[in-house]
Amino acid sequence: MRIVCPFCGERELGEFTYLGDAKPQRPAADAGEDAVYDYVYLRDNIAGVMSEHWYHGGGCRAWLKVTRNTLTHEITAVEPAAGAGAAKVGA
Amino acid sequence: MKYSIFSLARAALSGHQNWQRTWRDAAPKDRYDVVIIGGGGHGLATAWFLASEFGIRNVAVLEKGWIGSGNAGRNTTIIRSNYGLPGNTGFYELSMKLWERMEQDLNYNSMVSQRGVINLYHSDAQRDAYARRGNTMRINGIDAELLDQPALKKMMPFLNFDHARFPVQGGLLQRRGGTARHDAVVWGYAHAASGLGVDIIQNCEVSGFTRDANGKVTGVETSRGKIGAGKVGMAVAGSSSRVAAMAGLRLPIESHVLQAFVSEAIKPLLPNVMTFGAGHFYVSQSDKGGLVFGGDIDGYNSYAQRGNLPVVEDVCEGGMALIPMIGRVRLLRQWGGIMDMSMDGSPIIDKSPVEGLYLNAGWCYGGFKATPGSGFVFAHLLARDESHKEAALFRLDRFRRGAMIDEKGQGAQPNLH
Repeated sequence: MRIVCPFCGERELGEFTYLGDAKPQRPAADAGEDAVYDYVYLRDNIAGVMSEHWYHGGGCRAWLKVTRNTLTHEITAVEPAAGAGAAKVGA
Repeated sequence: MKYSIFSLARAALSGHQNWQRTWRDAAPKDRYDVVIIGGGGHGLATAWFLASEFGIRNVAVLEKGWIGSGNAGRNTTIIRSNYGLPGNTGFYELSMKLWERMEQDLNYNSMVSQRGVINLYHSDAQRDAYARRGNTMRINGIDAELLDQPALKKMMPFLNFDHARFPVQGGLLQRRGGTARHDAVVWGYAHAASGLGVDIIQNCEVSGFTRDANGKVTGVETSRGKIGAGKVGMAVAGSSSRVAAMAGLRLPIESHVLQAFVSEAIKPLLPNVMTFGAGHFYVSQSDKGGLVFGGDIDGYNSYAQRGNLPVVEDVCEGGMALIPMIGRVRLLRQWGGIMDMSMDGSPIIDKSPVEGLYLNAGWCYGGFKATPGSGFVFAHLLARDESHKEAALFRLDRFRRGAMIDEKGQGAQPNLH
């Protein structure tokens, strides 16, 4: 598996670190216990196409959102992740 | 049939042409008291204990492929009970005790070999941590010995004791740990359970659950038709999330791939099972002579049953760091299995929130050693609707209650357990 970083080009997997499913969103501070439990612990654990966060620690050190098929390891899209990293990219 | 010295002699004299089938290849009935999804070690062990210990014999085990075709055939065959946290310590020792009597119980040679498991330490801090774990084990009546470097040198002179970064200082040894023949464990449980009337149904993939008006599970829909069930137990290793989703459940689990490796056969080298405490590498030598070894999971969600090269490199580096002499041994085979990586690294054995559906999930990559214990406590839960005392902490609601069993201290990060 190789990941095409939008900033660095195609790099081998060892340069990247995995965080997990990109779908869970941190709930609001007053969202309650159920929402926090759901966010921290429960996962869809998709068998198929999934969006996930990877960190390019061995390259540009940007957080990336990678669209990958968990059944085949095929990667169909890589883009900067939303948040601090992406804001810097836009600046 | 019953195996004995006479049955062996009789089969030998007739040129091994007349061995009988060891379990019945059953066709599904309309209804069972208990249906187990998953014909691996855990599912078959559950069926055997239901029949032998709890008197429930109207049981079916459903397997989508052939029995043992999943993780039962994709592990490194290590058995041990050297755990330090409440919940794990007692449970794995229960399992170890069941390994020790398995062959007599099942009338099947599962080649349980108590050759010892040694965890190496490489620093003073790690020695202290292992001493503490060993003490925890001994307080709980489990064997453990802390070996210093001279004792270890006698036992394993070929280790790289002078490694510049991770010198081997000693190890924590559990002599009762060792290995078992993984396929024979599956076959043994199938042989014994089938003998007590359990139906083992292969090529039968579950595609959904049937539910009554109150939502209670009343059976399963399969590739071989509908099968009614009083209770349904799931023991599907890396597929727990997928099967649970059919009942509308989300679990605190991610599926990850773990690779393992076998080298070509060499003369007897390793006297025991050995783990590299500084990296992550574990190895034993099979009875055929191959070195069987593995390391970390690949670290990202996967259902692909194949891994990637960075982990191959990492595992081989771990082996070379510890035993430089194996550098010229050729790799024969490599494979990947899909693990249920739970959020705290420990299993879930509990009733599910859906009535009639029971979970045996989240084994991460330690499921093989748990096989008999898992079967026993899951059968207890299915038969009596209450947790066995050694599995009382493996409840699903422990995440919500903050009562996690996090042996590695990594938090809710499945790819790090």
